[in-house]
Amino acid sequence: MRTDWLAHGVLGAGVLLFALPVWLVLAGSTQPADVIARGDLSLVPDLHGLGIYADVLRNGGPGVTPLWRMLLVSFGMALVIALGKIAISVLSAYAVAFFRWPGRRLAFWVIFLTLMLPVEVRIIPTYSVMAGLGLINSFTGLTLPLVASATATLLFRQVFLAVPDELMEAARMDGAGPWRFLRDILLPVSAPNLAALFVILFVYGWNQYLWPLLVATDPRLDTVVIGIVKMIGSEVQTEWNRVMAAAVLALLPPVAVVLLMQRWFVKGLAEGDK
Amino acid sequence: MERRTIFPGRLLPVLLAAPQIVLTAVFFLWPAGQAMWFSAARQDAFGLRTEFVGFENFSDLLADPLYRESAGRTALFCAAIAALSMGVALLLAVFADRDIRGRAAYRTLLIWPYAIAPAVAAVLWILVLHPQVGLLGRWLNRHGIAWDYRLRDAQAMSVVVLASAWKQVSYDFIFFLAGLQAIPRTVTEAARMDGARGWRRFRTITLPLLAPTVLFLLVVNLVYAAFDTFGTVQALTGGGPGKATETLVVKVYRDGVVNLDLGSSSAQSVLLMAAVIALTALQFRVLGRRRAD
Repeated sequence: MRTDWLAHGVLGAGVLLFALPVWLVLAGSTQPADVIARGDLSLVPDLHGLGIYADVLRNGGPGVTPLWRMLLVSFGMALVIALGKIAISVLSAYAVAFFRWPGRRLAFWVIFLTLMLPVEVRIIPTYSVMAGLGLINSFTGLTLPLVASATATLLFRQVFLAVPDELMEAARMDGAGPWRFLRDILLPVSAPNLAALFVILFVYGWNQYLWPLLVATDPRLDTVVIGIVKMIGSEVQTEWNRVMAAAVLALLPPVAVVLLMQRWFVKGLAEGDK
Repeated sequence: MERRTIFPGRLLPVLLAAPQIVLTAVFFLWPAGQAMWFSAARQDAFGLRTEFVGFENFSDLLADPLYRESAGRTALFCAAIAALSMGVALLLAVFADRDIRGRAAYRTLLIWPYAIAPAVAAVLWILVLHPQVGLLGRWLNRHGIAWDYRLRDAQAMSVVVLASAWKQVSYDFIFFLAGLQAIPRTVTEAARMDGARGWRRFRTITLPLLAPTVLFLLVVNLVYAAFDTFGTVQALTGGGPGKATETLVVKVYRDGVVNLDLGSSSAQSVLLMAAVIALTALQFRVLGRRRAD
């Protein structure tokens, strides 16, 4: 086969377009703050400067809590949102797809409507509801409102509707009730969808910015994404190497999740949004 | 679509759906209803008295040149992001679809940026484009271009567009690649036999077959650019300099959370909701057509 130089050229340029900014930040994080502030940043990492990562994790930076704490909040938030969304969506999709009950259509439309209302468009009223419930500055407030999910419910409904009738008839012949059918047959059958959705929702939860900015003013509830933007702050005395190290630590976990589960994720994304 | 076989029972399904419905009602429907109520009310300067004003907040808003400017700016911003990210993604997908060595590795290396948060993407680009700290920003200044996106409107806008589009390329790439792979090889082979080459084959065969993906991504990209870029803008420019990068969502935040103008901010929220509903309806029309294909 002849080598397709044009394709390698274009794809290589694309890879560099994504990798270079991250490499620059990775290299920069290991260099002294005053060198970066002067603009003498080198593209070669200084291996002696790797200690900044331990330092940032333990001590944070000016005006922010230690990074380990922010990472923990981010991790907890992403995990609760991803697992919570999956749990309540599976249950409600199961109810909509496998049962007939009064109000079923209404419930479906109510869930469907939420698809249309991202947090960004209802900032103030959502805040006032949260304040009324006493959920400002709490981990519950940070996560619970984001757990309701129309997208995941619609996806599971579609998956469940596609399950062959024979499968269920066979299960019922064997005397399986609703719970056993869900646990022993439906969930294993939908495992690839569950995995794909977990990746998408974990990234969604980890990357939240506006919501934590609104409901959590307590620095102990800062996520790492919020923390980085705070660290840049007014740019007066920014310690750039700390900001850079924090940026690397902030993007590592979600990138790792995507890479580790790439196969399911790509398939699930392309299918899920259909 | 309905299932033929179902389980009996009425209480169990209600209990199963209850958590989702309660969360939806408390955190989505209630705030949305409040937004509509607030948008028809006006408070005095001390927040002591509230009076009903009907559509006055809306008419004030639509007559406000600042709001119109922000709407126009948002339209430009969204169009630029959609065009840039989809253009680059399509180019990459076309070449990643070819039979070349290492294509699996290329795909992985082009997909991972999906995981980067919008606000973190902004921070990465600050570190590249900052006039004193950033490598590229300094280079521009050394070569006679007065570069400071924190002071110049057009530069601020282009930086915000760049960082937002950069983060979205991976997502578009995944869908374009899936769309290209769904085109049967026999179709492109037949076109090749007929002597249609390179660009002409792409324009007359590939692009029309890819049209549903393009339409779908267009809606997704517009929604992303309009709503998910709040973090990017906030981290890069905070909406400034002045109002140069103040998109509609940034304006809702500034008016509501910073300036505490409840009526106007709620009216803006209601208008944005209407826009999202229109876009979602459009998306379902597009998707409905795609499913019928």
